[in-house]
Amino acid sequence: MNAILLTAIWGIIMMFGGVFFKSKQTPKYWAIAGLVIIIISNYLELTTGASFFEIETKYMLSFNSFNLTFITIALVSTLLYFLLSGSDIEKVGDNVSEYFALIFFVLCGVCLSATYNTLLILFLGIEIMSIPLYILTGSDKRNLKSNEAALKYFLMGAFSTGIMLMGIAFIYGGNSEASFFITNINIGEGKMPVLIAIGMVFMLIALSFKVSAAPFHFWTPDVYEGAPTVFTSFMATVVKIAGFIAFIRLFENSFGKVQAQWQLLVSVITAATLFIGNLTAVFQQSVKRMLAYSSIAQAGFMLLAVFALNITAMQGLILYSAAYSLATIGLFAILIRMYDYTIDGFNGLAKNQPVLAVTATTFLLSLTGIPLTAGFQGKFLMLIAAIRDGHHHWLVFWAIICAAVSAYYYFKIIQAMFFKQAGQEIQDHGSIAEGATITTGFKVLLILTAILIILLGIFPSLITDSLRF
Amino acid sequence: MFGNYITIPHLLVLFPLLAGILTFFIRKESTVKAWSLLSVMITLLISIASIYFRNNKELSGLTFNYMWLKSIGSSFSLALDGMGRLLTFLTAFSFPIILIANYKTVYKNANVFYGLFLLAQAGLMGVFLSTDALLFYFFWELALIPVYFLCSYWGGEKRIAATFKFFIYTFTGSLFLLVGIIYVYLLTGATRYSDHNFSLTAFRAVVLYANQQNFLFWLFFIAFAIKMPIFPFHTWQPDTYEQSPTSVTMILSGVMVKMGLFGLMRWVLPIFPMAVLKFDNVVIGLSVVGMIYASLIAIKQDDLKRLAAYSSIAHIGLMSAAIFTMQTVALEGVVIQMFAHGINIIGLWIVIELIERQLGTRKISELGGLAHKAPVLTILLVIIAFANIALPLTNAFVGEFMMFSGLFKFNIWYAAVAGISIILAAVYTLNMVQKVFYGETNSITGSMKEISWNEKLVLVVIVIMIFLTGVFPQPIFELTKISVAPISTIFE
Repeated sequence: MNAILLTAIWGIIMMFGGVFFKSKQTPKYWAIAGLVIIIISNYLELTTGASFFEIETKYMLSFNSFNLTFITIALVSTLLYFLLSGSDIEKVGDNVSEYFALIFFVLCGVCLSATYNTLLILFLGIEIMSIPLYILTGSDKRNLKSNEAALKYFLMGAFSTGIMLMGIAFIYGGNSEASFFITNINIGEGKMPVLIAIGMVFMLIALSFKVSAAPFHFWTPDVYEGAPTVFTSFMATVVKIAGFIAFIRLFENSFGKVQAQWQLLVSVITAATLFIGNLTAVFQQSVKRMLAYSSIAQAGFMLLAVFALNITAMQGLILYSAAYSLATIGLFAILIRMYDYTIDGFNGLAKNQPVLAVTATTFLLSLTGIPLTAGFQGKFLMLIAAIRDGHHHWLVFWAIICAAVSAYYYFKIIQAMFFKQAGQEIQDHGSIAEGATITTGFKVLLILTAILIILLGIFPSLITDSLRF
Repeated sequence: MFGNYITIPHLLVLFPLLAGILTFFIRKESTVKAWSLLSVMITLLISIASIYFRNNKELSGLTFNYMWLKSIGSSFSLALDGMGRLLTFLTAFSFPIILIANYKTVYKNANVFYGLFLLAQAGLMGVFLSTDALLFYFFWELALIPVYFLCSYWGGEKRIAATFKFFIYTFTGSLFLLVGIIYVYLLTGATRYSDHNFSLTAFRAVVLYANQQNFLFWLFFIAFAIKMPIFPFHTWQPDTYEQSPTSVTMILSGVMVKMGLFGLMRWVLPIFPMAVLKFDNVVIGLSVVGMIYASLIAIKQDDLKRLAAYSSIAHIGLMSAAIFTMQTVALEGVVIQMFAHGINIIGLWIVIELIERQLGTRKISELGGLAHKAPVLTILLVIIAFANIALPLTNAFVGEFMMFSGLFKFNIWYAAVAGISIILAAVYTLNMVQKVFYGETNSITGSMKEISWNEKLVLVVIVIMIFLTGVFPQPIFELTKISVAPISTIFE
């Protein structure tokens, strides 16, 4: 409860603060301060159950350890994002305060989609999360690509919203309990009623849109590439993992009993997402676009949790989302400062900026899933979950073949950084973009992030122990 | 946190690990070299202690256990058995040899080079020591990553492509291994904290149906087969050996390939006995084909490094064939030969590295008459070459003899075909010795000088090792017997 209300309130403060803030840096500090307060209050709620607000929600929201742990991860990732890339948000345009306000509203949506108990709140959460993102995508007003991306994202988003509403309507209509509560959907014994089945497929499609699962992923590369890179970083991490939490909570609570009836459908979507994400990423020259496809590929791995839907899957999804967010935010923070966004732009980075190169390597190893990194623990739990489920064994093998493919493109960046000579243009100019500064604080933060990833890789129980099922 | 007392197994892993991490932060090159030499020497001493203390009652178990990932039942457990002792000793022994032999080589960013070097040692130690499947997998990868960076940064001209192939190959293999481990894990019994557990004893206790074994066997086997490598999975090996800096090639061929053989003996034979019996002919067939194939290619090679690489494939082929005969004598022979082959092949690489460093070429056709210029080197090399073709009195003879007698008992035809590769080994090795060391000196080899003290020292130590274990193999027998007995009883 703390996080939902405080993020909304802080969003409003940031929005009106824009009038009073004199310096361009002030909003960043306010945002960081606010976020720290929200994280502490949320953590208090996770550990002691203390809430600052007494509001009767009529069971429309639920605050268990799973939801609150996820919110903590999302908030901490955002804090890291503010710390690493906050100064880049200032460079996007003049309305700095508004950008931060919009991000707080997104966070409010994230919290709602992690704690919903009825389909209506799910809808609200997804919408509150999406609408500010449309604006952020188009925030680079003079850039045509940014405009195109915003329009595309908005149209696709509106479309998927429509489908989701349709799905909710079908489920409500087919539900003999006449209730929106996700735990209260009467799917009967044996086969699902037709109306609910249609509604479930619509929900599956709409949520697949949000998490960019194939074949509903086509908007992702264009939007991720067109949006200002700082916001791509946020979209690809916090927003995406929030989509997954919404996804898994809906399917666990509403359709968990009839898993056998939809599992094949989800496994096909998973396999397609893994395949398309990994295979297309191999051919990308632009690192930004490659990360967009890699985010689709990683989504494929996270879909294994929806596929398996057991306790290991829930733990795994939490760990995976933390590992994925940390690594991707770190990688984007480095990418923003690069002069050249292509893979060749990374050539010789180890010589010019050893700290950046070493930390980027840690992030890439984590995304590949090499042991001793958090990414390995995430992938490992996902595989245990999928194998424990016992059905569709082919999907497990498909997933590991795709993971092997992913090593190919992640290691291409590592090779460029360490083993290749920088080209003439980069030698003249330097690897780092004009105006971008690599401060000591930035380096320290990157190192801390890398250490955190390794620490989670050795002791994943730091996160999973806070979950109680 | 670390149990009641510090035990040798975890010293063997943690000491090189911490020493390696520390090395990254040393700036001065000479300090880096001295420090890494000191630390590999300390590791060697620890390893000697581990062999010395094996009769000591208190330390006889030499195990170390700490609940690591409680909720999924993995523990940080390390243990030394006979085979583990021998292979950790091989690791501990070969690293100082490699370091001293290359002591004068100047590496760019020496601190990173030696840091990764020591991390690779820690990974290898962990593989030979861990008695927990997940921990084994961790170390299995931890050994790979530093070697990947070592090869790609300090290697030859085509290093990036060659080592990338190596990495993708082994990474894919490891993922299959991981899935295999998870499958077995989900069938193991519960511990106090978790539903299943990863310990070796639990894995051995699992009851698997025949069809489960058949399928899991291949998941494990592919990972190990790629690492060894045996016949259809070997294509990464010659390129990687050729392109890696020679000191890394020594690690790869001297110690790392033993990971695969070790994995078969520790994780495959005891856990999937029925599948081993079912597929023995397939594996032995592949190994024997690989032996002949690699030997024939080795005869054709003009590059010394590639010759040694193919000769290594042939030797490894014999060992993997011997493992699948499941005869006690052959299994003992494999363990002895793992040790002997490690020593011999490192000796061979040192000589090749020496020639390349002095003359700038590894082409057999461009060399000749080195014996006139460097008689000491020649004598030492000829002994190593004899060990490579397993002549009596050398260390390889004992192992090869035992492996052949096992293979002979299993099926006389396999032994006959594999025997051809021994003849072929003599052909390519002696041919190489003759062309490189005897005959007339030419314009290139004219500038050859006698070897320096550090190279002499390591080669002499290797030659002493060759004779010592060739003439007096009893201590090694004692080590191997204890660890082979439980494996071979399964098949009797």
